[in-house]
Amino acid sequence: MSNLAWIFFSTILVNNFTLVMFLGLCSFFGVTAKIETAWRLGLANTFVLLITAVSAWFLNTYVLATTPYLRTIAFIVVIASAVQIVEMAVKKYLPVLFRQLGIYLPLITTNCAILGLALFQTSRKYTLVEGIVFALGAGIGLTLALSLLASIRERIEVADVPEMASKMGLVLVVASCLSMAFMGFAGMGSG
Amino acid sequence: MTAPTAVVLRDEPFVPGAPAAAPLWFDVWRGIAQENPVLVQMLGMCPTMAVTNMLANGIAMGIATLFVLVGSGLFVSLFRKYIANEVRITSYILIIATFVTLADLILAATFPDISKALGPFIPLIVANCLLLGRAEAFAAKVGPVRAVADGLGMGLGFTFSLMAMSAIRELLGSGSLLGFDILGPKFEPWVFMVMPPGGFLTLGILLLIKGWFMARNARRARRATA
Repeated sequence: MSNLAWIFFSTILVNNFTLVMFLGLCSFFGVTAKIETAWRLGLANTFVLLITAVSAWFLNTYVLATTPYLRTIAFIVVIASAVQIVEMAVKKYLPVLFRQLGIYLPLITTNCAILGLALFQTSRKYTLVEGIVFALGAGIGLTLALSLLASIRERIEVADVPEMASKMGLVLVVASCLSMAFMGFAGMGSG
Repeated sequence: MTAPTAVVLRDEPFVPGAPAAAPLWFDVWRGIAQENPVLVQMLGMCPTMAVTNMLANGIAMGIATLFVLVGSGLFVSLFRKYIANEVRITSYILIIATFVTLADLILAATFPDISKALGPFIPLIVANCLLLGRAEAFAAKVGPVRAVADGLGMGLGFTFSLMAMSAIRELLGSGSLLGFDILGPKFEPWVFMVMPPGGFLTLGILLLIKGWFMARNARRARRATA
């Protein structure tokens, strides 16, 4: 039990997927202009992460044990199909949410956080339950990082910044400070 | 810069949204300069940050991505007339994943140390938005020669950016380059630079310098016209 709690909290804070392990940076910089879209995308990502964790566990246990060289191809096909299914289901049953997410839903396929989760889960040999907790922690960590950066960027929007910092440069420096703040949690790992 | 007329490929049938005909050298050059994947388009951020703490890792990642870009560009372009529009993204991803698997196995067989250091970031090239972006925006709409030229340019641009970032980070973070001690024993390494925040900061500062030059040029242009 304590092991599960450790996986959960360390994935949110100590090894935050976006700020410490650099996964899913495209959406981190691409869709964080508005906090509303940022945290909705975070939730959609969490859902796909959960599906991926379960599918990756089944693939690893029953299919890929004898064919490890097919891992990358098998994972990406499963992720692409999972995203497709989620997209169709959301479109059918939650049309309002579907309209709000728009293009970001299919784009989850090329979010490295999803494939990264499947690969890290494999290399750390997590069981099914550990994998699900890992996915949940990763999703919450992702949502947290996206929302944090989005709220800071909304403030930058109305601030008077120098001309040279008006593009992405300033956002990256802000991300560096955020990442530095999360490094502070690293001490929890050794304790 | 005047556009030379030589080697323009005009025998391609018109495809909606296809990139304008251009000389071959320009297809290569654009990826290195005007549309540099890292410094201009901000694509492929994850490997850019994650593996640039050592120059050797940055070079290996750059070359692996270059290989996948050229290979997938060639095959996406060759099969562009046979891939149905509805399943194109999945097909591109499959082609890319095949080349990534090749790159992964080749790297593990030839440079096992670097392969171990990069870990899951080599298979993660599949999810690099740069690859799917070039397949969708360029390779699927032009002939194989131009697709390879574009892949080469984008791959070189990516490699150069990664080399610049990893050289800065390794020099300041460990006082060495490619493992050789450069700054001597008296230099206190800035451990910060090889840790995650250092990656964000290095690219941020590079972009700020770029922004400063662009702002200065814009000011000068305004003054010249006024």
